Order: sequence, then C-alpha cells, then structure tokens
Amino acid sequence: MSQKVLLTSKEVNIILHRLACQLIEKHLDFSNTVLIGIQPRGTFLANRLKTLLEQEYQINTIALGYLDITFFRDDFRRTDKPIDANKTSIDFLIENKKVIFIDDVLYTGRSIRSALTAIQSFGRPSEIELLVLIDRRFSRHLPIQPDYRGRQVDAINNEKVKVSWTEQDGEDAVFLVPTITNQQPIP
Amino acid sequence: MSALTVDHLLGIKYLQPEDIQLIFETADHFKEVINRPIKKVPSLRDITIANIFFENSTRTKLSFELAQKRLSADVISFSAAQSSVKKGETLIDTVNNILAMKVDMVVMRHANPGAAYFLSKNVKASIINAGDGAHEHPTQGLLDSYSIRERLGEVAGKKVVIVGDILHSRVALSNIYALQMQGAEVKVCGPKTLIPRYIESLGVTVESNLRKALEWCDVANMLRVQNERMDVNYFPSTREYGQQYGVDKALLDSLNKEIVIMHPGPINRGVEITSDVADSKQSVILNQVENGVAIRMAVIYLLASKIQ
Repeated sequence: MSQKVLLTSKEVNIILHRLACQLIEKHLDFSNTVLIGIQPRGTFLANRLKTLLEQEYQINTIALGYLDITFFRDDFRRTDKPIDANKTSIDFLIENKKVIFIDDVLYTGRSIRSALTAIQSFGRPSEIELLVLIDRRFSRHLPIQPDYRGRQVDAINNEKVKVSWTEQDGEDAVFLVPTITNQQPIP
Repeated sequence: MSALTVDHLLGIKYLQPEDIQLIFETADHFKEVINRPIKKVPSLRDITIANIFFENSTRTKLSFELAQKRLSADVISFSAAQSSVKKGETLIDTVNNILAMKVDMVVMRHANPGAAYFLSKNVKASIINAGDGAHEHPTQGLLDSYSIRERLGEVAGKKVVIVGDILHSRVALSNIYALQMQGAEVKVCGPKTLIPRYIESLGVTVESNLRKALEWCDVANMLRVQNERMDVNYFPSTREYGQQYGVDKALLDSLNKEIVIMHPGPINRGVEITSDVADSKQSVILNQVENGVAIRMAVIYLLASKIQ
C-alpha cells in the first residue's frame, strides 16, 4: 500500500515552532491559559508544544492536561470501533481560564464537539480555542474550525491522515494513507 | 479486548478473566469521572434501565441508581413491596410489563437462586444480577476484588480469607469465583454449621480457627451474619459468634503483619468486627462503597455498548 508523505520531520519541526510563536502572540506568558491535549493522539502534540514553549521561549508556567472524550462521543453503540477509554488528567481548575484544545487531525469535528461537552465537567472556561496539526478541508460534519492550524490538507474520504511522533512511532512525519474499505469512517 | 464476552451479568462464573480485566480498566476511568467537579458523562442518554428489587436493599440499590445516573441513563426503580407481585403476578409477566415500556436493561435482585438466569432466557433485555438468593452477587464480587487490587496493587497471588456465614452468602460465592479467576488463594472460615458441606469442591480450603486464618491471609473479608436467612439456630448466640469469629483491635494488633479488612455491609458492629476495626486505617469498607459505583458504571456501560 503506497503512502504519500505530507510533512517530513523537518517540516513538522518548523510548523511546531510557528504554532508555538502564534500561541505566544495571543497568550503572552500563559498566566491565564491552559493547554488540553485530546486523548489519545493529541497528547503528543500538546507535550511537544509545552516542551518547546518551555525550552525555546522560557515560558515555565504552562498548565497541561489530557482530556479523554470516550464517554462523551455521540457514536456510542453506533460503531464497531473499540470503546476503550484513555486517561483524563486535569489537575487544575479551568474556571475562567482560556482553554486551548490540541489535537493532531481535525476531520469531521465530532471529537472536538465531544471535547466541548467533556470539558464542561471541569468548570466554565472563559474561552476555548482549537489548535490542530492537520486540518482536513471539506470533511466537516459540524461547524467547527481551528484557530491555529499546522497544515491544511485536501484528502478524500477513503484516505487517512496518519501522524507519526518520534516518541510513539520512531519519527516525526505526516502521511496520507489510502484505506481499503470504501466505508466512510466515523472518527 | 474492548467488549465483554457476555450479554448479561448473571454471575462471575459466566465471565472470563479478560472480562474482569476490562471491567476493572473501565472502572478506573469512571473512578476518575466520579471524582470530578461534575461527576457525570452523557454516554447512556438513550438507555433506560429498570431496577427491580424483590428483596430489601439499601446500598446496592443506591449504588446502582447512582451509577446509572452518572452515566445519564433514564432510571425507573421499583420494590416488590409496592408492586403487583403481591397480587400474584409471575416474574416474567412483571418484567415483560416493564419492558413493554421500552426498557433496555434490567437490574434485578431476587430471593430465588437462578432468578436472573431464568429471566435472561425469557425476556429480551440485558440483565444484571444484583443478588439472587444465596447464589451470586457479581457486582459485589467484582468491587471486592477491585478494592483489593487498588489497595495491594494486584489480586494474583494474594491470600484472602472469607469469614462468617458462607452458607447463606451470595457475596462469598461471587468472591470465590472472582478471586480464583484472578489467581488469588481463597480460604473460608466460620462455624461448621455455616460452611457448606462441599465447599472444598470449589478449590477453597476451610479453617475453623479465626486466628490461624488471619495469620495466613493478606485480606480478610468479614461477611455479615444474615439473621434474616437463618431459619434455625446455627450458633448458640450472637455474643458467642462475636467471641469466636469477630475481629477486634486486639486480635488485629497481635498479628505479625498488617492485613486488609473488608466488609460488604451492612455491618453488625461488635459482631463480625468491632467499631475500632471498622474505622481503622486497615479497613477499606468505605473504599468498597466508592468503588461499587465505579464498578457498576463500568458493568452497565460495557453491557449497554452491546445492546443492539
């Protein structure tokens, strides 16, 4: 099966730096801002950004949490996909904070819709923004758009965007992978 | 992984070890949920659950109801005392009437062993056994093991003694199945009259001396003396039972190790355990209650995901 490279390790690195700078431009010292990585795959990007902001830009007050959306999905009992949950760890209050959701790929927008519901269990944020590495155009089921995007991609429905991270998969890269089934996946 | 091998929770003996693992891992997540500021998830918005209790229950019923509400399910509860069962309606008729109101899942407690199994063969709904006579109480068995896992890290290889009224106890049987399935060693201890005759056939050993049993074990699960089920006198007096098979602080402190004390509740203080033992740091009784909600959420969530 042939897969196309969308972003190389070098490009991912440049994009991460740009996203970090865009975040600083808007949130300055992050004193009232929290980062929330969406489980499972958004956590890698969230960790990277936090490390980058700390090491390259000396911002050491960043609160980072992980949010699992399994129990908030709208496709419970409507999909054959595994229902395994991941860990949620948010050990700070988000009441009146600016929350930035971080995920690797924005596709239909349903995960983010679930995350918007899930985050309410931790308080009422003053605002919520969305940062994604890959924004798949023309595939949204819901009116959700990112505030910060790494790269916009036009992918047809039977293609999958796969994001690899060094800590999980051995290298940083983004691929476009054709899937065998013609069935439209419910992400 | 990721789905149970069963469609109903009728007893631990119908489960596989992987099922127990899956329930525990799911319960870990729900335990985090019930410690959030807002302790609720919307997963079961479109599921309706009937709690049918033909026998008295306080904590099990509350725990189930709370678990269902934390999952956003719609709940109807009913106790036999106020129902047409008193007018002579059969079990299947009662349940089918409830199901006609479009109920997806039934949680039932009944005085007859096998009632949940019987129901699962005769009605179209997912059944959870909340205790059937002296047979099984699977969610209690699960939450007891879960509490051991939480306190001691794992269940495998641990030595557990179940003390007291084994004969009338559904908690004992579910605990024996659950613990053995996870690789723990089980001993039962109690007056000979309250130990079933063929209990060894389950692979457990019997000890009549409480001190010896406690010296052997890592965990002691102290069962309640079920006076309401005792049609004849199984021991001379409650006081004598307490002296022979009750645990007090002096006995606990005289052991050369720190064991974990469990009790499924409700406690007869001063009979199975004294107050200072129940409230000591070795006791996990209130953890068991908290874990009960998480375990029941996990069981309901996993079974609901299989409803077509």
